[in-house]
Amino acid sequence: MDLSTQETIKRLVDQHGADTLLVLLGAPDAESAGIAAETVVLGDPSWAGPLAGVQLGLPVYHILEDQVRDAVPAEVWEEQVGLMVDVLEVDAIANAVQEFREQASS
Amino acid sequence: MFDGKQVIVIGERDGIAGPAIAACVQAAGVPVAYVATECFV
Repeated sequence: MDLSTQETIKRLVDQHGADTLLVLLGAPDAESAGIAAETVVLGDPSWAGPLAGVQLGLPVYHILEDQVRDAVPAEVWEEQVGLMVDVLEVDAIANAVQEFREQASS
Repeated sequence: MFDGKQVIVIGERDGIAGPAIAACVQAAGVPVAYVATECFV
């Protein structure tokens, strides 16, 4: 994850508290989704950015997960992101994000 | 899942861009705290 993005997330948590924030990802594959989810739950796995060693424990989802789809008006979801369901490996992405989300809530 | 939350959107250029995700969030009536579109390399 970009260092500037990590810095912004850290600042938002400092300002608002982790309990009021939720992260939504748009990653194209399970690997990048997992890395992004790990970064906002356990800290930056590359140890290069401001979130290295910082366990924010933020709730994190991918935009294509069923829980998110159910929360968004159907016509908007279809218009904005629906086509990508046929392009991306949604199940693998969802599993990768869920693995870290469960660590945030445990 | 969105109750009482603000959303941090981390889109990706090769996946789903930040503004598309943000449009979904806003349509759900949820405030967006930050939007980024990254290039994962």
